[in-house]
Amino acid sequence: MTQTATFKIWRGDAQGGEFKDYSTTVTEGMVVLDALHQIQADSANDLAVRWNCKAGRCGSCSAEVNGTPKLTCMTRLSQLNLDDPVRVEPMKTFPLIKDLVTDVAWNFETKRRIKKFKPRPPDADGRYRMAQEDVDRVQEFRKCIECFLCQDVCHVLREHHMQGQFIGPRLLVYTAALEMHPLDIENRLPDLKNSEGIGLCNITKCCTKVCPEDIRITDNAIIPLKERVVDQFYDPIRRLFRVLRK
Amino acid sequence: MAEYETHEYDVLVIGAGGAGLRAAIEAAGQGVSVGMVCKSLLGKAHTVMAEGGIAAALANVDDRDNWRVHFADTMRGGQYVNNWRMAELHAKEAPGCVRELEAWGALFDRTEDGRILQRNFGGHRYPRLAHVGDRTGLEMIRTLQDRGIHQGMHVHMEHAIITLLKDGDRVSGALGYDRERGRFRLFKAAAVVLATGGIGRAYRINSNSWEYTGDGNSLAYHAGAALMDMEFVQFHPTGMVWPPGVRGILVTEGVRGEGGVLTNKEGRRFMFDDIPENYRSQTADTEEEGWRYTQGDKSARRPPELLTRDHVARCIVREVREGRGSPHGGVFLDIAWIKERLPNAPEHIKRKLPSMYHQFKQLADIDITQHPMEVGPTTHYMMGGVKVDGDTQMSTVPGLFAAGECAAGLHGANRLGGNSLSDLLVFGKRAGHYAADFAKQNGAGRVDGGEVERAARKALEPFERGTASGDGPYQIQHALQEAMQDLVGIVRKEDEMLRALEVITALRERSRKVGVSGNREYNPGWHTALDLESLLTVSEAITRAAIERKESRGAQFREDCPGKDKACDKIHILIQKGAQGEMLVTRQPIPEMPAELKQIIEEMG
Repeated sequence: MTQTATFKIWRGDAQGGEFKDYSTTVTEGMVVLDALHQIQADSANDLAVRWNCKAGRCGSCSAEVNGTPKLTCMTRLSQLNLDDPVRVEPMKTFPLIKDLVTDVAWNFETKRRIKKFKPRPPDADGRYRMAQEDVDRVQEFRKCIECFLCQDVCHVLREHHMQGQFIGPRLLVYTAALEMHPLDIENRLPDLKNSEGIGLCNITKCCTKVCPEDIRITDNAIIPLKERVVDQFYDPIRRLFRVLRK
Repeated sequence: MAEYETHEYDVLVIGAGGAGLRAAIEAAGQGVSVGMVCKSLLGKAHTVMAEGGIAAALANVDDRDNWRVHFADTMRGGQYVNNWRMAELHAKEAPGCVRELEAWGALFDRTEDGRILQRNFGGHRYPRLAHVGDRTGLEMIRTLQDRGIHQGMHVHMEHAIITLLKDGDRVSGALGYDRERGRFRLFKAAAVVLATGGIGRAYRINSNSWEYTGDGNSLAYHAGAALMDMEFVQFHPTGMVWPPGVRGILVTEGVRGEGGVLTNKEGRRFMFDDIPENYRSQTADTEEEGWRYTQGDKSARRPPELLTRDHVARCIVREVREGRGSPHGGVFLDIAWIKERLPNAPEHIKRKLPSMYHQFKQLADIDITQHPMEVGPTTHYMMGGVKVDGDTQMSTVPGLFAAGECAAGLHGANRLGGNSLSDLLVFGKRAGHYAADFAKQNGAGRVDGGEVERAARKALEPFERGTASGDGPYQIQHALQEAMQDLVGIVRKEDEMLRALEVITALRERSRKVGVSGNREYNPGWHTALDLESLLTVSEAITRAAIERKESRGAQFREDCPGKDKACDKIHILIQKGAQGEMLVTRQPIPEMPAELKQIIEEMG
């Protein structure tokens, strides 16, 4: 199975750019990132692409392939229609640096604002004991590889540009991992409600659909956090109940 | 005159994998200012790929385990040319480092009574690897990253270092560039910690990303530091072999730890055919006993699939060479067979090895719960590197430290799986601590503006030459990878390695004429051109050291010297830069081991 395919790749920087066509040979089992590397080595040495592990573990090579946010290292060419050109362009939500590389620093800066892990004191012998099932509950969130595809697809960030008011699905998953950590005793609910803008998510589940780690972002992270926020701030009966119970 | 921005730190850490992050956290905790430089985004370093776990004698699963057993296992695995002081400190301090990581938020799989669960791994006598499914590296790097960002260190993401700067004998900083805009950055620092990882990109088939070009080894060498044991390159026995685009990507040893077996095309478990003498008493006699071992039977001995990586890799090469390999030039690794032994085996496999399941399903269309995988050796890890003091991790250049894969010593001639993540924690912490100490005691050195100017001008030469001048950077890199793969690979011969030196010399000439197109902004062609210096330096060092060690030991297998050589029993091979810029190779005796440690080795065999 050797054939030639055409890739329409975005070339340009913050000042502007255009799609350029590149042809390359396709062999069995190739992924989009392989094609980008071939093109880079043969005819476009300065084509800017981020990548590291090439195995879907590091989340570096995020881009939009035929309009869908994807890890290019896990997108097999055999899943695409190669009769038409394959369109590869940078994530739209983040400022463009060059070609397929965007400035994702906002994610790192915003993460630093989230209250850090605060563990309970250890057991009497200085060790921590935890049940596997309590650990399992947060492992789904800790699988996140920070590819930021969920941030890219989230319309609150992508179309409404509310980066100042909303931390986005990735950082809500991060907050959920902290909030549900068996040892953590911090309270992040006031921040979630106020500066982190959890209310802005209207659960369209676009983030869940693009997650390469199959994290059920909306159902398992965002909705439970929303419920906790509602419980704490909006439910008078439960609040009264809690006061009486004390 | 080149323009550059200047940053000043007490401690500069180069590299942001496990060792770099741990060093930076420790140094920042000492109250000194810390800058960290990494070639990629934070959290993407190769630590993220580590699957199996962190080796530490916590004795949670088998209470016969303790630091002495771990020390003996590490030395045996390393064929006794390890820096024994590092092996001792590592075995003693790893459990504390794992608990520290847990207190910072890392979540490991648990035992029935809620403690950290430990799994079996090659060369470890008892279940010793703290783990999270098969994504322990991600758990570790994320925990360190999230701890680090609250420590006040300054992280320069997507920056690369092109040269270290010195004031007399001591280090005084580094010159680099930011990959995004291509601007030079001068980092003045009282102490520098190298934590740059490995050299895998020197070979065609490797498990490493573009970053692993041996920068730390090369920077240290050109700054006058000694490199040690560069001949010991670990070829991991199980990398993917098909399809071509994923060739080399790692398949965790955890597959074998969970009961996976290696077979040839005749269906034979060939690992039973060749069991080294010094492991015979620890290895299962029957397939039945091996299976019981993987399921936690303490009276059983480990199956031969869990022998050390050097040995397993060579057995696979033998099967392929003798025509018993799989269709794409590997052998079969089968975990699906355990359905004969376990109810719900597919679910069990998916729970224990989720990343592997995912990786094969998506990249090779193979469901590992139903079908065997095809695997073959892949260049994985560098045991050699910067020669350091075992306690402080300082190199032979004052103020220059190294930790993790880019430092030498702990692993000797062969690293045990799981000993890498613990290495990063134990010696990252030590390097950070002693680098901060050095900075406090010695203060900043002077930076020579002329040296900076020369290095910056040299870095821009590929643009001046342009693409019309000759080779592109990728062509040189590929030619070097081919030569190292074919001539200095798993099975080595002196005449082939001498040929490799000629190729390296010729490629070095060609690399001086490499030109690049485009401008300085995020230009991978330019970055690759600058990385060639590191790749050529480490390739030459590996080859010269491998020629000098005229024996087979651990990862070094010489077809022309198949046995061990008494004269090489107690020596390290050192590589240093000579006065005329030539590469000097010397032998250095390994210091005598204290009686207490000798006794441990005698007792444990």
